[in-house]
Formats: sequence, C-alpha cells, structure tokens
Amino acid sequence: MKKTVVAIATLCVVGLSSTVAAKNAADTTPAQDLETYRSYFTKKFPGVPLQEFSNGVYAIDQISRDSWEAIEEFPPYEPFIEEGEELWNTPFANGKGYSDCFKDGPAQRKNYPHWNAERKMVITLPLTINECREANGEKPLKWKKGKLASLLAYMGYESRGQKTNVVIPEGDAGALTAYNEGKSQYFSRRGQLNFACASCHMQSSGMHVRTDILSPGLGHTTGWPVYRSKWGNLGTLHRRFGGCNQQVRAKPFKAQSKEYRNLEYFLTHMSNGIEFNGPSARK
Amino acid sequence: MAKSSIKLRAKVKNGVTTVKALMSHPMETGQRKNKKTGEKIPEHFIQEVVGTYNGKVVITTSWSGGVSKDPYLSFSFKGGANGETVTVSWSDNKGGSDTKDVKIKGKK
Amino acid sequence: MIDVKRRVFLKGSAAAGAVVAAAGAGLIAPQAVLAEWNEAAFRSKSVADAVKAVTGTDASVESADIKIKAPEIAENGAVVPVSVSSSIAGVTAISILAASNPSPMVASFALGETTVADVSTRIKMGKTGDVIAVVQAGDKVYTAKKEVKVTIGGCGG
Repeated sequence: MKKTVVAIATLCVVGLSSTVAAKNAADTTPAQDLETYRSYFTKKFPGVPLQEFSNGVYAIDQISRDSWEAIEEFPPYEPFIEEGEELWNTPFANGKGYSDCFKDGPAQRKNYPHWNAERKMVITLPLTINECREANGEKPLKWKKGKLASLLAYMGYESRGQKTNVVIPEGDAGALTAYNEGKSQYFSRRGQLNFACASCHMQSSGMHVRTDILSPGLGHTTGWPVYRSKWGNLGTLHRRFGGCNQQVRAKPFKAQSKEYRNLEYFLTHMSNGIEFNGPSARK
Repeated sequence: MAKSSIKLRAKVKNGVTTVKALMSHPMETGQRKNKKTGEKIPEHFIQEVVGTYNGKVVITTSWSGGVSKDPYLSFSFKGGANGETVTVSWSDNKGGSDTKDVKIKGKK
Repeated sequence: MIDVKRRVFLKGSAAAGAVVAAAGAGLIAPQAVLAEWNEAAFRSKSVADAVKAVTGTDASVESADIKIKAPEIAENGAVVPVSVSSSIAGVTAISILAASNPSPMVASFALGETTVADVSTRIKMGKTGDVIAVVQAGDKVYTAKKEVKVTIGGCGG
C-alpha cells in the first residue's frame, strides 16, 4: 500500500502542471464547460476521434486495446443483456411491466439523466426503474449490481448509437445549481490522497498509475453498465463513482445520492455528442 | 443469470466453421480466500468442455481453475453448413454440467 | 452429457505417463484414465512434469510454426486472452500453460481430424511469466512461448 501512495503522489505533482478547473463552479456556463472539457481532451489526444472516447482507455492505448478487442470477441456482458431482456419481459405481480413505465420501449439512454423541474431533482435511469417497480408494488432493486445492472445492460444495448444529449434547461435555477454542484464535486479534492475526479481523469489522463493508464474523462458516462474483470460482474456508474472515491481514500457517497446524481448530470453533459455504447467491458 | 449458462455462436465462412462459447461459471481455483471469513473458497471449475458437430466430437477441452471466470472458448473445424447443429457441453469438478445447441449461420 | 465417442477420441492425446502417474497415485482406476480429466498434468507444479503428463514424453522441440496471441502486458491478470494456432500438419492436441502459475497447466485441447489447429480462451496469470503452447502432432511434440507481463494495477477502468 505504501508503494501506491508514493506512485500516486508522484503522479499528482507531475499531473498538476495544467489546471483547467474553474475555481468557482458558477463562473462559466454549461455550454462553455462542454467546449472547454471536450477540446481539452481532443487537443491532448489529437489522433483520437471524438466518438472513440466512448471506449475509455482503449481509445488511447493500443496494448490494452488488443486485450479488450479479444474480450469483445465474446464480451462477458452478453449474458447480462439476455437476463435484462427476460426481466424486462417478466410482468410484475400486478400484471404490469416496465413497458408500462417506459412507453416507448427499452431504448431510454438518450433521455437520462435529466432535470425534473417539478421534483427539483436530477432523475437517472436506475432511479426511474426502481420508482417504476415501487409504483407497481415491487421492491426496489439494489443500485450497484445484480438485476438492476442487467436491466440497464438490456436497455443500454437497445440504446446503442443514441447520442448523449443532456440539457441543462435555461432559466431554471435549480437545474443549474444541480449541474454546478456536480461540477464542484468533479473538481473538488477529497480523501486522504487529496484527489479530485479531474486530477486523475483530466489533468493526468493518459499517464500511469503503476501500470494502469488513466482513462480520459471525456466519454466516461457512455459505456455503462460495465463488466469489470476486477469485479467479475456487471456494475453501474454509481458503483464506479463509489470505487473511485474509495481509491482516493474518501468516504464514498451512496449510489443514487443527490451528490452522485448531480455528478452524473454534469459528467454526462460533458460527453454530449458522444454515442452511448453500453454495456461494455473494462479491465 | 440467463436460463442457459452457455452463450454460443457458430459461423461458417470459406468452408470453416468457427464456434465461440461463453460460459457462466465461477472458475474457483481453490486458492482464493473469502475476504470476510478468511477461509479458502473450495475449488469449483469446469474440467471439461466438449464440442460436437452433427453429433460428432470435434474438440475435447480440459481445463484447470486457471481459466478465467466466465470462461471463453473458441475453436473451428472444416465443414459445416447453414442450419446444421453445433453443441457445446461442459462439466465441472462438482458434478455440475450444462449443454447448449446452436445452428450454424452463414454460407459455405 | 458424457459422450461415449469421446473416450475413443481422447485416446490419441492422453499420455501413457499420465496413466501411470495418476493410476499409481491411486487416484483413479486405470481403465477410466483415458476419459478422465488429466489430474497429474493439472496438479503438477512444474512445467516439465505437466507437459510430460499430457504428452507422455519430455522430448519436445521449439517450433516457429506455432503462433501465440497474447498481450505483452496483461490488462488484468485475471483475464488474459490467449489464442494458439499452428500450421504444423496433423495436430491432435494443443495445451496452454502459464509458467509462473502455481499449477502451470491451464488448458488442453484434444482436436478431431477436421478440427483446425486454432483455439482461444482466457486464462488467469498470477504474475509475469511465459505463456507456453504445446502442440502434439503424431508422436512429435512442439512448443513455443511468449512472455506476458502481469503487474498490479492502480485503479483500472
């Protein structure tokens, strides 16, 4: 463990030569942020087409891409898509089903996350799935893995090719506040290692933590849910948020907490224009 | 997990059928410890995978727990035609087993 | 599940050495050995013993006609994609070993007459070491190896 600290601390010093983070989250508009964020990565990795950023580290490292492509020959998330489809088609005890909540079918990724002005909160797809269940007298599913992840895999698969398009509605102060809170979350240092999300995945993206190459933050939200070999199963975006926070030795927030929903809102907005390609496989 | 523990594809191209199989299985080596209890997790892995084409064995695979969780197997054989059947069956060290058929797709 | 034909089929690849070793250890009845999982090979702690248990000989030659496809650096040692193919004529069996693993023998494939000498799987590697491919054709044994680096990751993803 001691080695890790040294390695990461070294990286930290080197990585902070450039600082893009706005000091005050409210200083710039979402549209300006999107432009700044996207161009930061397209300039840093000039050979990588915008859509390729949906593939995480595999967009920038050929050696790991080779392994990934071999795994994509028969990706480990496939059985979960099938399970998700079965779940989607299995009626609730009251005879209704998910298609009664999602009237236009399972291809829903393009609609989430979004701001709900009435409820004054960011609504995510997992949240909507569990609210659908509860409205129909079913117990909510666990947020991080299991059946919910499988449902998301099916819905994600059906949504492949849809483009990320998170809108921060103009003139809605609540939406902007949620967005800015997510943005602050992304750029705020936390944990014993004192890292922000951006420390690793913006300033230090493309650099090594031991042998791992830090993936670019652009496109980070497109491929979910993800089968991580490290997990040996499928997990959700908020599971990974929690894992990242733990790795910098910070106390993670709860999945679907306001903090992570707002972070998802900001971060997904940063990937506007990039296609959803989940579910996907990572190391 | 889905109904069958095996996902299977078989495609014929230029006279060669390529079969790809993904099995859902923990593939425990017996070396791993349960993080909570500290006890070793007993070995539990697929020992044998048999691939047949039209009822004839084309490959018999023996594995140790050194094959990854949710194991993958790909093999190919000469012959095969659209609509013919390829079967993949596995059996593990605890007596578990599963089998799955798939129709070959593609043109010779 | 158990296919009777398989017993006949396996005969060519099962090793005399394995028969003696496994039967000698009292693990299984000799007549069943040919159709059984090769305990001696898979439990062996050394590459040489494992290869001998599978092939029945310790006489092997390195061959440039074996192609091993494996990553230079394993993204994750728990899932290392490996493919082995060979242009050698009359291949009856292919085995894959991870030299640095506690039990190096990972997979052994007995091929039928029409089966192409080209197999893929994903293996676990505890640390950096050679991936060894052993190819049997007739009574000859050929080998090749490729080093795969395995290191502990930082975060991943």
